Amino acid sequence: MKRIILPAVIFAIFLLLPFLAEWLGQSALRTMGARIMIYAIAAASLNLILGYGGMVSFGHAAFFGIGNYVVGILYHHYSSGEPLWGIIPGSNQMLITLPAAMLVAGIMAAIIGALSLRTSGVQFIMITLAFAQMIFFLFVSLKTYGGEDGIIVRRTNEVPFLNMRDKTTVYYFILGVATLYFLCLWRVVHSSFGTMLSGIRQNERRMVAMGISTYRYKLYGFIIAGMSAGLAGGLMANMLRFASPDTLHWTKSGELMNMIILGGVGTFFGPIFGASAFLLLENYLAEWTEHWPLALGLILLVVVLGTKGGLKGLVDRVLGSNRT
Amino acid sequence: MTLIIEQLLNGLQYGIMLFLLAAGLTLIFGIMGVINLAHGSLYMVGAFAGTWVATETGSFWLGLPAGLAAAMLTGFVVETLVVRRLYSRDHLDQVLATFALILIFNQIIVLIFGRAPIYTALPAAFSESIEILPGLFYPPYRLLIIVAGLLVAGGLYLLINFTRIGMLVRAGSTNRDMVRALGVDIRLLYTFVFGLGAMLAGLAGYMTGPLLAVQVGMGEQILLATFVVVVIGGVGSIKGAFVAGIGLGVIDTCLRAFLPGLLRNLMPASEADALGLGISSMGIYLLMAIVLLFRPKGLFTVEG
Repeated sequence: MKRIILPAVIFAIFLLLPFLAEWLGQSALRTMGARIMIYAIAAASLNLILGYGGMVSFGHAAFFGIGNYVVGILYHHYSSGEPLWGIIPGSNQMLITLPAAMLVAGIMAAIIGALSLRTSGVQFIMITLAFAQMIFFLFVSLKTYGGEDGIIVRRTNEVPFLNMRDKTTVYYFILGVATLYFLCLWRVVHSSFGTMLSGIRQNERRMVAMGISTYRYKLYGFIIAGMSAGLAGGLMANMLRFASPDTLHWTKSGELMNMIILGGVGTFFGPIFGASAFLLLENYLAEWTEHWPLALGLILLVVVLGTKGGLKGLVDRVLGSNRT
Repeated sequence: MTLIIEQLLNGLQYGIMLFLLAAGLTLIFGIMGVINLAHGSLYMVGAFAGTWVATETGSFWLGLPAGLAAAMLTGFVVETLVVRRLYSRDHLDQVLATFALILIFNQIIVLIFGRAPIYTALPAAFSESIEILPGLFYPPYRLLIIVAGLLVAGGLYLLINFTRIGMLVRAGSTNRDMVRALGVDIRLLYTFVFGLGAMLAGLAGYMTGPLLAVQVGMGEQILLATFVVVVIGGVGSIKGAFVAGIGLGVIDTCLRAFLPGLLRNLMPASEADALGLGISSMGIYLLMAIVLLFRPKGLFTVEG
């Protein structure tokens, strides 16, 4: 029973946030809520391989950005009327663009993962970074798709029976997708596959000795994570109505990692806390001083050096007192 | 032909820069096992401190020791306060803590020097291009960088291979615990190596000043290329850093110089420029991916 309280509270907060925003007269709060949900998906996807699987990927922004660009490119071809490569028609239908974003990100994750997972340790960190950088420079050099300026998506993709011009509808659509995503992720993490990933993190050699092909399971994890990041990127393009090379930049990978460590590595709800904490900190520190990265850097440093388990650990310690 | 030689020299000069940064980074990597993303910040500190002193005193040569000293001192402080706590942590914590250091250093520099780039005036002796081959004029300052880099490389070679400290460094990168067990004060060694790496980064930063703008974020631009050099060369190998640094410097410079021109034969000029720039930026990463796929530990591996 107690296991359900935390997710219920989180869900309720996000459910009620638009009402609160309206009541306070601050629509920025709703936008912030939507950003938090999207980054929570992206961070949770990285957490699956990094936190559960022990694969420190420093190029996760690649998949986030690919999802972002798939939505942007499909919209670009939809508005110009010219099919991509002469065969693939553009689209502004969310139910087509989001799965397409996941599919493309998943395919890229399969390729990058299959190559990168042959290495480990520092080399794995660097090779994932290398692939992400290649994709970043590729998109920046494509003048057709805006180069460094990115693609403006004039209208949020359409969903049947929903009025996606209404920002609140978009918010609840994102909430719906995020809820669905975290339900699926819960199943994945608590499946035998999730256990396998944890086992590989704890002792890969032992898993091999038990007759498990660890490379295959790591690759599956990598692909699932890539697809989820693509989903988050697709949602981001819809929410901001903009596909930007910033989503591919290596500092974005760093931010996602920071969110995970702020929230607590390898915990299910950690990425949600981490994304909230990171984005809120960034937002309010930026309002307070233009030198906000200094404060953010100091906070991150203290969290990394000084705490074990991030915010989730803190919440657990507070709740833990009455859990016996 | 002169154009090709000129670009090769430019590539050599960029490669020397990469080597100066990578030498320190690879030692820190190899001996302490720390991924130090803040290495680019030390490069930036060296550039800013040196350039500031050079501007205030009006002497390029006074800026040099100032840049070196500032970078080394910063290195000592960073090592003592932050990096020392990271030796026993996993790579994730190291990446994040040093990522935080980048944010902190960039803002400190903004607070002190502002966002506008600053420029170093070259000593008068270096302002005129000299003719190094018939018909080939080349700025002597770039030649100075090449010579200085080669001297440093030679010095490092002697230091690592023929001194007691060098022996400890080599031993440390092969088997850290054994060195400690033999009664060597490994913490002092670590601090020394970190300071040495910081000083080399500061040297690279200060020498880059007259060529590129000294500005906030200059460290990150070159940091990733430096990591590529370290990984391709093999973590912990100075020789690898030297070979990979110069190789990548030449390849990167030549791609940037000649690829857009080649692509222009195939497509409109503006697209060719953009695509050429994109592909040449991808070049070093592509190379790293290929090298790692065939030699997962890099070209020159330290035995152990």
